[in-house]
Amino acid sequence: MKARVYVTLKKSVFDPQGKTIHDALKSMGYASVADVRQGKFFEVALDGVSAEQAKATAEEVARKVLANPVIESFRVEVE
Amino acid sequence: MASVGVVIFPGSNCDHDTYHVVKHVCGQQAKFIWHKDSDLSGLDAVILPGGFSYGDYLRTGAIAKFSPVMGAVAEFAKKGGPVLGICNGFQILQEAGLLPGAMLRNRSVKFLSQPVNIRVERNDTAATAGLRVGEVLTMPIAHGEGNFYMPDAELDELESKGQVVFRYTDIGGGLDDAANVNGSARAIAGVCSPGRNVVGLMPHPERASEPELGSADGRRIMEALIRTVVHA
Repeated sequence: MKARVYVTLKKSVFDPQGKTIHDALKSMGYASVADVRQGKFFEVALDGVSAEQAKATAEEVARKVLANPVIESFRVEVE
Repeated sequence: MASVGVVIFPGSNCDHDTYHVVKHVCGQQAKFIWHKDSDLSGLDAVILPGGFSYGDYLRTGAIAKFSPVMGAVAEFAKKGGPVLGICNGFQILQEAGLLPGAMLRNRSVKFLSQPVNIRVERNDTAATAGLRVGEVLTMPIAHGEGNFYMPDAELDELESKGQVVFRYTDIGGGLDDAANVNGSARAIAGVCSPGRNVVGLMPHPERASEPELGSADGRRIMEALIRTVVHA
């Protein structure tokens, strides 16, 4: 079982790295790129659990460790 | 004589400087505490030094908060014990929930290593007792993630509870966007816990505790911590 965890900065939080990347893309001529937000992506492999259990564990891990709730939110997908 | 513990995490790199200032500059007892120890008995104060605990993997301080010593530090703080977090130590205390807020990447996206001026906002905390509110201290910063963040409503609450301890200012103590080098919300350089016994700051007092290093202002913070203990 594999869980994918996407961690992103909350909308209200300024993202200096995303802004720098966006500025670079603009200077390269990508006029249509309106914004860039940088985040983190985790692939978590789980053994001997159902899809529901895998999702519950991945969400717990994301809440406790992978994301900082002050500045980040997360989303979990299981396959 | 105060007995001060200096915690060493894998990747701490200001541990010896901090130990040196406590022991040789301030003349107190200093003791290294390995992060796998959870015995803080006999200590009057604990310092979490700067560095790059666990290589700053995931987020600054995010892995260190699970070290065995952090359970003991939380207990120590709960009982009112003075705890000072410097730079990465501050970030670890935030991750552990002992201090408010979180650090974003500096607004310039650059690692900043330079002297800064910070204004003392409160002298009723474990690390600022005896200092004068409004006085300006000069000491270095060295960090990539020191851009203090909290949502606006929570910042209002933090201010109203008097938990903002230091702000980045110009040398005269005036707020100036250029002096707020990392872009911190409301120029916050240091905060304290509601109980005022846990204090964190991004600048390095231990790197400015002797005149030979360009400033001895940092010694005032270390001595304030010791004064708190000795008078307790």
